[in-house]
This record gives sequence, C-alpha cells and structure tokens, in this order.
Amino acid sequence: MSPLAAARHEADELLLGLVEALRAAGLTVPTDRSQAFLAAVATLGAQDPDRTRAAGRATVCAGPADLALFDLVFDAWFARPARPGLPSPPALAPSRVASVDAVPADGNDGDPAADPELHAVAATGSEVLRHRDVALLDSAQRRRLAALFEALDPAAPLRRGARRRPARRGRIDVSRTARASMRQGGEPARLLHHRPRPRRRRVVLLVDVSGSMTPYADALLRLAHRFVLRAGTDVEVFTFGTRLTRVTRALRVREPEQALARVGLAVPDWSGGTRLGESLQGFLDRWGRPGLARGAVVVVFSDGWERGDPALLGEQAARLGRLAHRTVWVNPHRGKPGYRPVQGGVVAVLPHIDDFLAGHTMATYDELVEVVRGA
Amino acid sequence: MEPVRELESALRRTGYVCDESLAVVVHLARVMHRPLLLEGEPGTGKTALAEAVAEALELPLIRLQCYEGIDATQALYDWDFPRQVLHLRALEAAGATGGPADPEEAEKGLYDERFLLARPVLRALQQSPAVLLVDEVDRADDEFEAFLLEVLSTYQVTVPELGTVRAATPPLVVLTSNRTRELHDALKRRCLYHWIDHPTLEREVEIVRSRAPEVSATLAGQVVALVQTLRDDADLLKPPGVAETLDWARALHHLGAEELDLALAASTLGALVKHREDGERVRAALARSESP
Repeated sequence: MSPLAAARHEADELLLGLVEALRAAGLTVPTDRSQAFLAAVATLGAQDPDRTRAAGRATVCAGPADLALFDLVFDAWFARPARPGLPSPPALAPSRVASVDAVPADGNDGDPAADPELHAVAATGSEVLRHRDVALLDSAQRRRLAALFEALDPAAPLRRGARRRPARRGRIDVSRTARASMRQGGEPARLLHHRPRPRRRRVVLLVDVSGSMTPYADALLRLAHRFVLRAGTDVEVFTFGTRLTRVTRALRVREPEQALARVGLAVPDWSGGTRLGESLQGFLDRWGRPGLARGAVVVVFSDGWERGDPALLGEQAARLGRLAHRTVWVNPHRGKPGYRPVQGGVVAVLPHIDDFLAGHTMATYDELVEVVRGA
Repeated sequence: MEPVRELESALRRTGYVCDESLAVVVHLARVMHRPLLLEGEPGTGKTALAEAVAEALELPLIRLQCYEGIDATQALYDWDFPRQVLHLRALEAAGATGGPADPEEAEKGLYDERFLLARPVLRALQQSPAVLLVDEVDRADDEFEAFLLEVLSTYQVTVPELGTVRAATPPLVVLTSNRTRELHDALKRRCLYHWIDHPTLEREVEIVRSRAPEVSATLAGQVVALVQTLRDDADLLKPPGVAETLDWARALHHLGAEELDLALAASTLGALVKHREDGERVRAALARSESP
C-alpha cells in the first residue's frame, strides 16, 4: 500500500469508527449514508474538523433531532486520544433507553398458552368485553382485548380533491370528450363526464400518557397503532404529558407488542403530570401551524386534568379549532355514570371542539373510528 | 482560490450571506451530484439559497413549486392539446385546397417536440447545467416523492413518443421542506441534508446590509437587535424570519426612518408579524424597550 493510500485508509477507519459510535448512540446510519460521508470527506480533504463536521451533518443526519446527537458524538469522538479503540460512547446511550421499564403494564408477561386464566377468559364473551371499561380489565382480558383491536378497521376520511376523475355523471370533461371525438375523425362523440377525485384527509392523534391516563394508555396506543397500520401515511401520532413526542414512526411496525415497546422507548414522560395547554401549544407551533393540523381531523385523547393554566389551554384549543377540519376530544371518563364536564381543562376546551366522545371501552373505540371515517 | 471559499464569496457577491458549513454542503452537492435537502424555520432563506446559487454559478434557475395533488405531468411534461388540434385543422385546410395530406405523417407530426410542453423537471434536464429548485417538497404527496426519487437518482426521463431525455451534466437540485410531514427515508438518503437556523446577530446585520444597502447602518442594527430578542423571548406564534426582518427594515426605510422610532415601528409592524396576538406582544415589548 502506498503511503498516501495508507493515510487515506486510516482516515476512513477513523470516520467509520465515528459512524459506529453514532449507531451505538442510537442514530440509524445505513451503509449508503456512511459511504456518502467518506466520499464527502474525501472530496473536501480531511484536515479541517469544521468541514468534516459539516460533511457529516449533511450526509449522515436526516433531521434536526439527529443534528444535536451528531454534534455530541462527533465532539466526543474527536476529543478521544489518538488511537481509537472500539466505539464506546455509553455515556450517551442511556438517555434514549432509560424508559424501557416504564412501558405500561400490558399482557406481555410470558406464554399465553400456559396461562390458566385463559380458559376463564374464553368464557367472557367478546360482546361483554366490548362494553367493559378497559382500565378495569385483568391481564388476560387485556390479551383478549388486544385481539379485538385487530378487528378494528380505521380509515382516513375523504375530502374533495382538486383533481378530477372520469365518472358517469358530473361536469362535462371537455378535453376527454374532444379527444374521443378526435378519435372518431371529428365526429361528435358521446359526452364524457368527470368528478372530483376524493383524497384522503390527514388524521392526527394526540395521546395523553400522563399519570391519570396510565390505565388507558395501552388501549389508546393500540388504537393508534391500528390507525397507523390501516390508514398509513395519512396518520400522525403524538404522545404528550409533560412534553410532546412524535411516535408515528415507532408505531409503523406490524406487530402490536413490538410497536408498543418501540413507543415505550421513544416516550420520555410516561405517567408524569399533564401540561395540556403547553403540550398543545408545542404541537401547534412545531407541527400544527406549519401544516400538519391544517384541514386534518385531530383527535385528542385526554381526561382534561390540567396542571397548568386552563386559560392557555382554552387559547390553544381555539387555535387548533381554527386550523383543523374537525377536532375530536376523547375522554375516558365521559362515558361513565355520574361524569360531569367540570374540570378546568375540560371546560376550557369544550367550546372549541366538534365532537366530545367517550373512550373507555372497545365499543366507544368503534364509535370513534366511525366518527373519524365520516369526518 | 480554494473551491469552498470561492463558492462562499460568490454567494456573498449575490447578496446571500452564508456560513461555511452551508457553503461546504452546496459544494458537496455540486461535486457529488447529490440533491441538497434544506430544512429550517420559514423565512431562514431556503428558497433564497437556490436563487443565490443559480446567480453565483451563472446557471438558469428552474423552479418547481410543490402542492398537494401535484403529479408527474405537472413536473415533467404535457402535450399541448389545443395546438395539436390547431395543427390538424391546418393540415385539413391545406388538404382541402392542395393535394391529399398523408394521415400517418399528420399523426406523427402531432407528437413533435414543438407540441411538447416541458415542465420544470424536464426543462432542468434539457437545459442542464442548471439549478432545479423543488420548493416545499413536503407539501406534495408521497407518490410524487417516489417519482422525484426516480428522476433524481437517474437524472433522466422517458417520454414514450420521443425517447429518453438525459441530462449531460446533472442539474444541481435543491429541495426545501418545512417539515409539515416527514419525508421518506429513501428520498432523504439520496440527498445531502442541511438544517438552516436563524442567523446570529452579526450575520443577520450583515444580511440586511447586503440585501438592503439603502437602509442606514443604525437602523439595520436596531431592527436586527429587536428582531433577535423577539425571536428568543417574546413567545410569538410565528417568530419573524430573516425575510420579515428585511421587509420591516425596508418598510421603515421607505417611511424615511434613519433610526428606529416607536411610532413608526408600531405602524409598520404588519411587515414583521402576521398574527394579531403577536402584534400585541411586540407592541408591549417595544413599549418596554422605550420606557427605561
């Protein structure tokens, strides 16, 4: 190997080590991205650390969240003594996986077949289960319920699109009629019609995972998972409590248990307090106003126990109401006997929403799916 | 001169003040023939960068504005149907007076290049080297994204009636996104990524001085200082971007201001903030800055 090639090789190894360290810190770096990184640094020459950093940010990162992590790892990596051993940035990793244990209890404990309770559960008719409050179920019933979720078939509602498609009735499609007539040598042809092509409307789900909602978090996330699976790219899911987390990607795996585990990893604020107003404001500032909520059906799952200022919540709910096509509030306590909407948060929000639904049983989830489909 | 530095100063000459990391990324996009994906808050100069790059490199800028429902015919090409009909009529008229026209020739003539309406992407491939700006790609649907991906990985397009158009040199492609939705990994992987932040105080003053040289130095400094504090502390619904800073500075200048004064500032706020609530907050902040 020539001295130049050897130097090149060493530089590449250093960079690939950095890529490994980034992966260890939780960044997804596919091979083609790391190749692009090497190519970019080779183009620039590896002398200048600032440029190497710029090249890395451009080739390895895929979003603003990645950039901060990249900088941390980059600094740690190049601050190390000259001979890098194995990548070992464990100092960074824990923050991303700290909340594994905090996944809400679900039926994920051991082999279902070995569970003696299962037979007893089989006797509980699914019709009965559909009307049971999901917060009061035991673990076996929860497993049965998980199967019921499989049968839910949520869909994004349709809206009128700008483009048109051929139809039997509707406005006359001048250009197609003319073309048809051209095909017949200019003889007058049958009149052809077209109608607006319906498009799917975006659905945004905001799931409260704060302490007071813990008994419902599992069921609501399963519901959200069904939405993501069935209505695909038209659905966005966020969780909130003390802070807002986008979990759409985490939910985008077929297996429900796996999806819930991934959400568990992603969400830092399980079972904390609720700052509903601030969370909503965060959502609107960061995602909603730039376009995510515009014309969408926004479903908020929360019991409305607000620790913060209800006035802020009311203000944000009004903003949401102006942006969204339809806002749906799902409150698990709504369907229970004796419930009255008197909590500060609920009172602040009620004037600005279109639907106020219950959300404590399977039957109410069916209803929600219908409301969203028809929105 | 060294290429990155050269690019940076060429951009500066067009009035676009950028930091080195951005120049590095643009340079990489050029030499690696990779599209450049720009994200950042609205008003930080994503679209302006594409314009500046085109001007600095003396290349034509071809712009494709994305919107919900955009499809390949609006990005690639379409046939000019009315002109095709007109052409047929003309042939008919000629046939009536002169000898018989050959129908097959006539039909073939309909799919001639002159009836082809080249839309931005095709035009960029034809005119390359060029700068192709795909603006607000996050507004388009994912089908369109998949289509873009295909064009951006091969830099060629096939028109069935005419054949394949391939760019001699791939155009420099700049995609911008406001992150209203997450773009697909496949598209992101093709691209170099850059996040444009709001500029620092010094840089923003420099930008105002270079984009609006008519504005007095004092005014520029005051405007930028105020905008920067608003961005950081005032808790606005829509913090003003660089574009708004420029608008406001120019508005004040047009009213004859050499320095920021409270009455003028209050009456021109509409150039800076676009929400009623924000206007009130800024007015309050102005009053605070005036009183001590």
